[in-house]
Amino acid sequence: MSAELVVGEVVAERTVHLTREALVRYAGASGDFNPIHYRDDVAAAVGLPGVLAHGMLTMGLAVETVVPWLGDAGRIIDYGVRFTRPVVVDAEAGADVAVVAKVGAIEADAVRIDLTVTSRETTVLGKAQVHVRLDG
Amino acid sequence: MNPELVGRSFPPTAPYLVGREKVREFSRAVFATDPQHLDPVAAQALGYRDVVAPPTFAMVVQDLTLQQLLAEPDSGIALERTVHAEQRFRYSRPIVAGDELVAQLQITNVRAFGKGAMVTSEAEVTDAEGAHVVTATSVLLIGGEVA
Repeated sequence: MSAELVVGEVVAERTVHLTREALVRYAGASGDFNPIHYRDDVAAAVGLPGVLAHGMLTMGLAVETVVPWLGDAGRIIDYGVRFTRPVVVDAEAGADVAVVAKVGAIEADAVRIDLTVTSRETTVLGKAQVHVRLDG
Repeated sequence: MNPELVGRSFPPTAPYLVGREKVREFSRAVFATDPQHLDPVAAQALGYRDVVAPPTFAMVVQDLTLQQLLAEPDSGIALERTVHAEQRFRYSRPIVAGDELVAQLQITNVRAFGKGAMVTSEAEVTDAEGAHVVTATSVLLIGGEVA
């Protein structure tokens, strides 16, 4: 990563296409088997607009967008998000999740990266911020 | 939701041994394709003993503490009425395959929120030497409306 970062600069971005298969895969890998993440009938019964991606899946894929740029995941000292809107994953069409990582602030010995995470033009994570060490 | 949970101390979780294939499986699940997560040689080139877990892998260990909370007979928490509102991780170092981790739960805050409660839980994850690895903080809305 460059030492000459500018606030507002985009350092990484990507779009991940989520399918129902991706949700089942995350359920198995994480151990979160809440049925609202794979069963339409359960999602409807609790009043949801459809089957939702796990918030932790969205959080996890969002931060991975910056890891290749960082070069070392160990540079990450802090990562936090608010789960503001759900990502509805259609059984046939799936859902795209777009991640844009920008320099939010340059601090004494760290840089704050702000993640903008959207699905269907709606921001799904609030205040998604990653603090990273510049060196070491 | 029982406000007396604040300050209650929970026993450390049983040691969780982080496996290389588990890290790879989790990496695929979060679309983490960087070689440090998958290839021990790439991880060793960065100075790690084995593959480096993606940052949110800490949730797998934190989840053991949330199971403890749900199992408290007087917690008043039902999973189907629980919404994950916020999540944060503060790292001393990344989790690496071969780590043996324990987590200790603390409920740091409970406050009324609509008809339910907003509960802040903190899980401190340490390694076999007792050194801090990551602190995972969750804010859960219990009995709240689904967003």
